[in-house]
Amino acid sequence: MSEEMMEEGGTIKKFLYVNRKAPYGTVYALESLEVVLIGAAFEQDVSLVFMDDGVFQITKGQDTAGVEMKNFSPTYRALEMYDVEKLFVEKESLDARGLTEDDLLVPVEVMTSEQIRDLMEDQDVILSF
Amino acid sequence: MKFAIQVNEGPYTHEASDTAYLFTRAALEKGHEIFRVFFYHDGVNNGTNLTTPPQDDRNITNRWSELAAKHNLDLVVCVAAAQRRGIVDEGEMKRNGKSAQNIADGFRISGLGQLIEAGIQADRLVVFGD
Repeated sequence: MSEEMMEEGGTIKKFLYVNRKAPYGTVYALESLEVVLIGAAFEQDVSLVFMDDGVFQITKGQDTAGVEMKNFSPTYRALEMYDVEKLFVEKESLDARGLTEDDLLVPVEVMTSEQIRDLMEDQDVILSF
Repeated sequence: MKFAIQVNEGPYTHEASDTAYLFTRAALEKGHEIFRVFFYHDGVNNGTNLTTPPQDDRNITNRWSELAAKHNLDLVVCVAAAQRRGIVDEGEMKRNGKSAQNIADGFRISGLGQLIEAGIQADRLVVFGD
C-alpha cells in the first residue's frame, strides 16, 4: 500500500475507478459515474481508467434515442469541475476497437496496459465497475 | 486487518454475493474486522426481506441478516441503487409515497458516501462482482 498523506486532519487515499463496461448494455457505467461524483466531495486523490469496452463510455457522438435511455456522456465533461482530472485510457483497448484519442470527448492520457498495471500497483483503493 | 466489502451483484443469478458472504464470514472467524458491507448495483437485491427461495436452497438474505446480528455488522444498501430497484425502508416508503417496505433485518439504506468512507477507513476494500 502506498503512503497515506495526512492533510487537515483527514486521510487522503489514492482512489482508482476502473471502468470496463460499455455505457448502455448494463448499468455499471452510469452507477460508477455516480460513485465518482459523490466521492469527489471526499477530496481524495482520484483517478479513472477506461479499458476494455469501458473506452466506449467516453466516445464522442453518443446517441441513445433508439434505446430510450438517458445519454449521460456529457457528465464526463463535467468531471473537471469536480477536480477529477486524471483520466487514463488503455491503448490496447482503443486499438482493438479501432478508436483513437480523437474519438474521445474528454482529455485523457493514453497508457499501455503495462503502465496501467503500474498505476494500479500505486493505488490504495481500486473500485472496479 | 480491517476490511470493507462491496457487493455489486444480486443474489442467485451471480455467485458474487455468495462469495462475498463466505469471505466476510471467514474473515470474521479469523478475527478480522469488517468495517462495513456496501451493496451496490443489483447487489441491493440482497437486502429484500421478500426473498423466498426453495427450502433446500440457501437463503442469501437471511444469511446476511444472521451474520449481521451475530457480529454487529454494518450492512448498507445504496439509496440511489435501491430506489431504482425497489428496495425500500420505512423512511423511503414515506418519502416516496410507496405502499410497503421490504428492507431486511440488519440492513440499512444510506448514500454512496458510505462506500467512499469505507474505502478510506478500511485497510482493504474488497469488491465482489464482474
